[in-house]
Amino acid sequence: MSGVPIGWYLVLAAALFAIGTFGALTRRNGITVFLSIELMLNSVNLALIAYAREVALTFGAAAGLTGQVVVLFVIAVAAAEAAVGLALFIAVYRNRRTIDLDRLNLMRW
Amino acid sequence: MAGTIVFVLAALAAFVSALVVVAHRNPVYSVMSLIVTLLSLAVLFVQLAGHFLAVLLILVYAGAILVLFLFVIMLLNVGTDRRGLAGTRLQRWGAIVGAVLFAAILASLQWGATLDAAPPTEDEVALTPLARALFGDYLLPFEMAGLLLLAAVVAATVIARRTTPEERESR
Repeated sequence: MSGVPIGWYLVLAAALFAIGTFGALTRRNGITVFLSIELMLNSVNLALIAYAREVALTFGAAAGLTGQVVVLFVIAVAAAEAAVGLALFIAVYRNRRTIDLDRLNLMRW
Repeated sequence: MAGTIVFVLAALAAFVSALVVVAHRNPVYSVMSLIVTLLSLAVLFVQLAGHFLAVLLILVYAGAILVLFLFVIMLLNVGTDRRGLAGTRLQRWGAIVGAVLFAAILASLQWGATLDAAPPTEDEVALTPLARALFGDYLLPFEMAGLLLLAAVVAATVIARRTTPEERESR
């Protein structure tokens, strides 16, 4: 019973992060861009837990806890970010009647 | 062996649903697909001895954050995006950036982890050590996270609030 190499989890995390980057760069719908960023956050969570497992297997279970605590904080920050970001979308939509990022170019140089 | 099968299934589900998240024209489907991604990630968390975090991911992320997304999509009446993945120049550049990033991350990860993810024992998934770390060594960051959440709630309420006519006159 040895299980899957931890590197595989990291490859999956890298793939999810790249997909999220692609979505955040190319989609023009504000909500979808936001969802892509959430996807990137979660791929990082997976990488953190995979490394935490590696550390725990090498140095003992207590050493791996740091990575897990960091994941906890990432989830908390993601919750705060989602609340503020979606409130911003609501405020923008109220003024402009759209959240199409191509048409929100007031602050673009 | 069973662990490998579970990993492959969960990883495939996560990968495909992640593609749907960024590719689908209707944001509601994107949110639903992200829920599938999160559920498969929770499966992988369990394989990596993150039982508590897997539960937390489902409860907080799939249960609360994504429901907030659905609420906002309903409120804003976003509708479907007529331009999906049509192969525009922007999307080609985005794909190139994504591919380069993937290769770069892979190159930097390659020697980072060498072990196999052994199935966690009962002691390794016990909650007490995690709680001791969170409320001991990481007590200050924990409290700061609470403060951050409070600030975010206040900020979200202020930003999304509709200003009353009297307030607008007094400005």
